[in-house]
Amino acid sequence: MPDVIDHRPRPRADAPSSPRIKRDPAPSRLKYRLERMWLTPLYRRLLRVGVPAFLIAMTAGLWLSDEDRRATLTGGVTALIDKVQSREEFQVRMMTVEGASPVVDKALRAMLPVDLPASSFDIDLPALRLQVMQLDAIESIDLRVKPGGILSAVVTEREPALLWRHARGIEILDEGGHRVAGVTSREVRPDLPLIAGDGADLASAEALELIDAAGPILPRLRGLVRRGERRWDVVLNHGQRIMLPEDGAVIALEAAIALDRAQDMLGRDVTTVDLRDPSRPVLRLGIDARNTIRQARGKPLLGPDGNILEDEKKGG
Amino acid sequence: MAELYQTQRAMRNMRRAALQRGVIGILDIGTSKIACLVLKFDGTGTFRETDGVGPMAGQANFRVIGAASTRSRGMRRGEIETMAETERAIRTVVTAAQKLAGVRVDHVIACLSGGRPASYGLAGEIVLESGKVGEHDVASVLAACDAPDFGRGREVLHAQPVNFAVDNRSGLADPRDHVGNKLACDMHVLTVDGDMLGNLVQCIRRCDLELAGIASASYASARASLVEDEQELGAACIDFGGGGTSVSIFVKKHMIFSDHVQIGGALVTQDIAQGLRVPLPMAERLKTLNGGVEATGRDDRDMIEVGGDTGDWEADRRLVSRADVIGVMRPRIEEILENVRQVLDAAGFDFMPSQQIVLTGGGSQIPGLDGLAARILGPNIRCGRPLRIDGLAHQLTDPSFSSAVGLALFAAHPQDEWWDFEMPAEAYPARSLRRAYRWFRNNW
Repeated sequence: MPDVIDHRPRPRADAPSSPRIKRDPAPSRLKYRLERMWLTPLYRRLLRVGVPAFLIAMTAGLWLSDEDRRATLTGGVTALIDKVQSREEFQVRMMTVEGASPVVDKALRAMLPVDLPASSFDIDLPALRLQVMQLDAIESIDLRVKPGGILSAVVTEREPALLWRHARGIEILDEGGHRVAGVTSREVRPDLPLIAGDGADLASAEALELIDAAGPILPRLRGLVRRGERRWDVVLNHGQRIMLPEDGAVIALEAAIALDRAQDMLGRDVTTVDLRDPSRPVLRLGIDARNTIRQARGKPLLGPDGNILEDEKKGG
Repeated sequence: MAELYQTQRAMRNMRRAALQRGVIGILDIGTSKIACLVLKFDGTGTFRETDGVGPMAGQANFRVIGAASTRSRGMRRGEIETMAETERAIRTVVTAAQKLAGVRVDHVIACLSGGRPASYGLAGEIVLESGKVGEHDVASVLAACDAPDFGRGREVLHAQPVNFAVDNRSGLADPRDHVGNKLACDMHVLTVDGDMLGNLVQCIRRCDLELAGIASASYASARASLVEDEQELGAACIDFGGGGTSVSIFVKKHMIFSDHVQIGGALVTQDIAQGLRVPLPMAERLKTLNGGVEATGRDDRDMIEVGGDTGDWEADRRLVSRADVIGVMRPRIEEILENVRQVLDAAGFDFMPSQQIVLTGGGSQIPGLDGLAARILGPNIRCGRPLRIDGLAHQLTDPSFSSAVGLALFAAHPQDEWWDFEMPAEAYPARSLRRAYRWFRNNW
């Protein structure tokens, strides 16, 4: 115990009884006004959006005002784009063509606008496809860039079904009547049936049906002729012709074939079988047949042009 | 009175403009604290049925979005003593409330607690020429009230028509279109000291705020703490403030009397400081934490340390019992209540149909006050808390904020005042074209 007891007051730790005088903060007039100004919506928007936007725009504008910097920037961007596009992963090295004949294959490869290998960004597939579809021989094409840098073209070619002779030459048509190619002469494709006449290509489906229906007389068939863009004539050899109606041409042709089978109609001297009115078939006889009849009846004979011959005995 | 008419009208227009903007500030400048509420109005009543609060007596078209209170400075007895200090306090509290609300407050409604209010009951009577009460007749009867000489430098704070009578039918709230020969009205006028009002206006102006309305603090606290039935049937509201105690009497939803007793909680604190020889902050602390009006045996043994920084060990280690604190406080509170009794007697409160008394204000939180008040004022006593308004934080719902809440209600739904009616045609200057127009409109 110390000799002298210190009775002086010392600060107590708990000190509950001396209430702390609170600080009395009051904003100065300036601070008060600034705070009120900050709470004004216009100022707030101006400072929060307007000023940063203006600063960014001004910095960018100042920096871009120099010609060299602009050139550097655009050059850099272009170089970057080039660098990405000419990466190994985007290179197209070869082109494969499936389902095309050698001629079409060659034409396709010639149509590719760039030389391989090229970047796949340089090949505009939709445009190329549209360009390829201009070729008549191609019905559809599926173009795609396959992994491994292969430009694959899967081609469906049009099937030649008919030959169409018209004023400007001979063309090969497919089943739908679409042009496949032009040929110089009939002998190039002797396997295809021939049609002729204006608007024959528009009725090619009916023509094919008629040719299918003409089974027994097919060896004699020379071709079909479209008349008045309306109906068909079946032209056989020996100058015989079957005129078919506009509606029900196949049925009429089958009726004619049935007549032929039953009575050998086409083996006789008949130049024309007129079936244009199905209820009233008409036969036009040849000159020899008519002369035979006329002779039997004692009438003057007819010449090859159909006129009555002057009797040589009388005239001579 | 024409000049007053103009200024009050201007304040009403300002209030309407503030409501249009949707934000209005409430500034309750008291002697011990300043409170600021920021109200957000919506015309459509979207703020309804939130967290289980019902329509709240039709007061639901606004909500509190920012609230702050701070210690008051430069105020004494409800009046501004040091303008610069009060201005600082207003700046502090407005800044804090604005920060909380996130919007700028431009229009405020303030209240004045001191300023020696005096209330007058005026009566006026006119003969109805048309045999029917029209709009202009209401204005004429209000203008016909014979005003006494209010005294030099007095300003009218409230002038509310309390009652209308047509012939012998009295007690009409709205006399328009009644048929009769005579229209009489009673008007309650509250005047305050004009200089005090001017100081308050000046203080608010210096804070860049526009005054959109001004009300008496006693009126505002009564509107907040009297329930609707009490306002209708008649009740007195006693607001124990820091600088004074204000009394207001309501009947039929109108204030008919208001007065102010200039003894308040600050004087109680001063008594404790003098009687127990402790500094004022300590005295305030003793009053709020350990105060009371009824001493019990236990309070004698309840010793409280009153510290000090005098350096004198004996003085700094003193203990006072709670009974000592109560013994100092009680006579002063009795004095306040007796003064209130005198005011009520002078107002004729004994002849009122209902003797309900509501205690509110910060001083009403003294434990045992209602028991003491019941002995002095009358049996029907209750401690009132302000009406609940939307968005007000819980710590701001105690009785000391009743005048702030009342001001919010005043801002939302002001009662009709004399200047809300059209000025009668006779009061207009002769040059006015409008007079001719009105004459035409009234006669055809």
